[in-house]
Amino acid sequence: MTEGLLTAAYIIASILFILALGGLSSPETARRGNIYGIIGMAIAIVATIWGSQVTSYGVLAMAMIAGALIGGYVANRVEMTGMPQLVAMLHSFVGLAAVLVGYASYLDPNSQLQGVEKTIHEVEIYLGVLIGAVTFTGSVVAFGKLQGVIGSKPLLLPARHWLNLALLLASVWMGFVFVGAEDMAGGIPPLLIMTVIALLFGIHMVMAIGGADMPVVVSMLNSYSGWAAAATGFMLSNDLLIVTGALVGSSGAILSYIMCRAMNRKFLAVIAGGFGTSGGTVAAGPAAEQGEVVATTAEETAELLKQANSVIIVPGYGMAVAQAQHIVSDITSKLRSKGTQVRFAIHPVAGRLPGHMNVLLAEAKVPYDIVMEMDEINGDFPGTDAVLVIGANDIVNPDAQDNPNSPIAGMPVLEVWKAKTVVVMKRSMATGYAGVENPLFFKENTRMLFGDAKASVEAILTNI
Amino acid sequence: MSMKIGIPKEIHTGERRVAATPESVQQLLKLGFSVAIERGAGEAAHFIDDAYREAGAEVVEETRRLWAESDIVLKVRAPEQHPTLGVDEAELLREKGYLISYIWPAQNPELLERLATRKATVLAMDSIPRISRAQKLDALSSMANIAGYRAVVEAASQFGRFFTGQVTAAGKVPPAKVMVIGAGVAGLAAVGTAGSLGAIVRAFDTRPEVKEQVESMGAEFLELEFEEEGSGSGGYAKVMSEAFIKAEMALFAQQAMEVDIIITTALIPGKPAPKLITAGMVESMQDGSVIVDMAAEQGGNCALTEPGKVVVRDGVTIIGYTDLPSRLPTQSSQLYATNLRNLLSDLCKEKNGVIRLDMEDDVIRGTTVVKDGQITWPPPPLKVAAIAKPKPAAPPPVAVKKVEKKKSGLLDWAFMGVGALLLAALGLVSPPDFLAHFTVFVLACFIGYQVVWNVTPALHTPLMSVTNAISGIIVIGALLQISSDHTLISVLAAIGVLIATINVVGGFYVTQRMLKMFRK
Repeated sequence: MTEGLLTAAYIIASILFILALGGLSSPETARRGNIYGIIGMAIAIVATIWGSQVTSYGVLAMAMIAGALIGGYVANRVEMTGMPQLVAMLHSFVGLAAVLVGYASYLDPNSQLQGVEKTIHEVEIYLGVLIGAVTFTGSVVAFGKLQGVIGSKPLLLPARHWLNLALLLASVWMGFVFVGAEDMAGGIPPLLIMTVIALLFGIHMVMAIGGADMPVVVSMLNSYSGWAAAATGFMLSNDLLIVTGALVGSSGAILSYIMCRAMNRKFLAVIAGGFGTSGGTVAAGPAAEQGEVVATTAEETAELLKQANSVIIVPGYGMAVAQAQHIVSDITSKLRSKGTQVRFAIHPVAGRLPGHMNVLLAEAKVPYDIVMEMDEINGDFPGTDAVLVIGANDIVNPDAQDNPNSPIAGMPVLEVWKAKTVVVMKRSMATGYAGVENPLFFKENTRMLFGDAKASVEAILTNI
Repeated sequence: MSMKIGIPKEIHTGERRVAATPESVQQLLKLGFSVAIERGAGEAAHFIDDAYREAGAEVVEETRRLWAESDIVLKVRAPEQHPTLGVDEAELLREKGYLISYIWPAQNPELLERLATRKATVLAMDSIPRISRAQKLDALSSMANIAGYRAVVEAASQFGRFFTGQVTAAGKVPPAKVMVIGAGVAGLAAVGTAGSLGAIVRAFDTRPEVKEQVESMGAEFLELEFEEEGSGSGGYAKVMSEAFIKAEMALFAQQAMEVDIIITTALIPGKPAPKLITAGMVESMQDGSVIVDMAAEQGGNCALTEPGKVVVRDGVTIIGYTDLPSRLPTQSSQLYATNLRNLLSDLCKEKNGVIRLDMEDDVIRGTTVVKDGQITWPPPPLKVAAIAKPKPAAPPPVAVKKVEKKKSGLLDWAFMGVGALLLAALGLVSPPDFLAHFTVFVLACFIGYQVVWNVTPALHTPLMSVTNAISGIIVIGALLQISSDHTLISVLAAIGVLIATINVVGGFYVTQRMLKMFRK
């Protein structure tokens, strides 16, 4: 295959990737978009293998077939509730691959670069390995936290900001040593040292972040994996890698931004960590005028839902944990067959992954056109008869609007309390991730349904 | 010893309400009080003496005896000169007695003095602090609600057409257009009532935060192209600037030509009602239109209002009734009696028929205007925040915001400048080959930015998995290296190919799985 043909194939692949992302603008076009992506990837890989640079087909075939089998197996087995873990794990692979490719590129004895070009090439390698290594360990730790292998509480080392700064400075210094090295033997040690530093930094960064901030972390790692790919593209002078990496990188960055905005927090504050612990003491103040909690039963809730003309269901991470989405879907279809208007209200940061709730509801066969975003549905709460909050807390906290001293003040929330009746399903009166009291529970029109979310929705379903 | 509650007949001309209903009497008895009521007190509100007797109250013939024997007197109107006995009701109250009624302490200082000389303790139903805990006591709100309803009913009875639009065999009837000025409790009640009769309702208020409430009642909220916050403390309106009033008047003048019915409820505490509807506007209205001026008692929002009367000016009927709640006597007595009963149960938490005045309680403190002959009005400012957000806190954030904005603007420019410098430096030193790649990179970032913002939030998870899959494109890098002569390189590359392929296949496959589930 000639160089020109290869470039043409890469251009086509880039366009197909852009179309793949563009397709996601609506569920109707999304599947076609994904197919574009697959075709683009196939074209890119086939064209590369066909190219003159690839000759050892045996090793290649083995590695690719094994990879395809493993990837297919994992993707086929994963539960939709386990989606965040899978995504985190896949990110770590991109990071690791970037590290490996970076090393291999540096070790390549055929490199003929001189002067400035050599320096730029080495900086590119250095950056690629750095970002790749941070992505790798960061994603592994994120995977551990999401899987529950590592506790979701933020680990806050003393002077952690200074530690981070020290690691950063050390990396920069190693970078100078690396670029200044005469030959490969002089360059390898600083590269290795930096890799270790970057791996540690990745671990430390994600360890310091609490469970509720996971959507930000996962999308940030998504972004990093893109930048890692882009850096690799630079080091190999490959435009397809650069384009794809940039697409993925900006996608992850935008998602992180959306998530931060949905929590009314600064990106840096999330990354610096420690949200889950700082809130607890601040919130204790204005708890005086809270009044009583009114408990209810599943039977009463079922009765309420039967009599309501319009119902809005607000799912949170608790629904995912309890795997209650299928029963919730059954309740929905039962109510809808009676002519009740049922809709779902999704807060952007509900769950542990951007859009997590949407995927769970889609899996449970809830039609996507009754699943609404926060901005679409917030105005409809005043006219709604019943709201069912399943395993959500901070995203329905009126203090975010009413109490300027609240740690979550200013965070956009679902205004469920404006509905006629709100039933909140909860395991106990414990606070959410932000550690903030929720005055919603004490409102006159709020009923609390205590117990495991799955058991509660099952009881409601049998009573409808 | 339990206390005795007395309910005298209201003596104000035209007053039909009464401070207790047979139902509230029963509940007062449950609190441990004994209850006496003057003969015929509930007659005008359609509660007969026998019903009170059945509920357990003693019916007392003689006014003086009722007053003299009662420890606590419940009334609607503030005490005034008794028409037949020739004494002021304040004089009838027993020494050290309790009086709970409307007082309007700001307007009636001499009444407070008179009550103080009786060594009385007086709770004013008009002075209940407006905090959420006190809502069940808030007689002003419950009366305003009734007044708003009645205002629409009065307007409807004077208006010559339907409120609702109809298409009949005899022709098409357009719906009436109603404008409500002032969206407090009364205004909102009027909005709701007029809306339920089928009229097209618009409402205006100087406080922008009521917009949502107006819209939730199904009415249109009229807005000015003008920035000024009209919320005073305690959820009431405040006096607006001259420019604002000018804009407001222009809006009213334009609306007056359009609408059939105007209901005005604009009041500012402690000030005469603002004049909002001028004689000119009345003239511009169509013949047969109706204005209900609910602020008539405070001088009226309309220049031509005559308090207490219905007048016709330029073909427009202007209703200036000042006793709207009293025109719905059964309803308003019921609600007022319930407000009183709630207050008494707060005062008598032990249910032993004895009042205990807890002056530490903000609600009780604010309501009590005379205590044991000492005038305690006005009360100290509330400790808890009122319904409206604390005003003093508002101005500083505005200032802060401005400063921040300026800063971030400067920062933006600074960042742009630094970015441009860096790019220029890069262009100076780097070879053209690198710059070509860099161009591609920057453009791709912008494309990514444009494309990803269009992704619907519902598909954010598939977005992550598909970007994950395509970031597996890094496999290309490993593919290019795998055929190296160097064993170490090809081993590293082979591992790279393996894991990147997991990524590609896994990512696309799981995305496809997810997307299949999204269905209508």
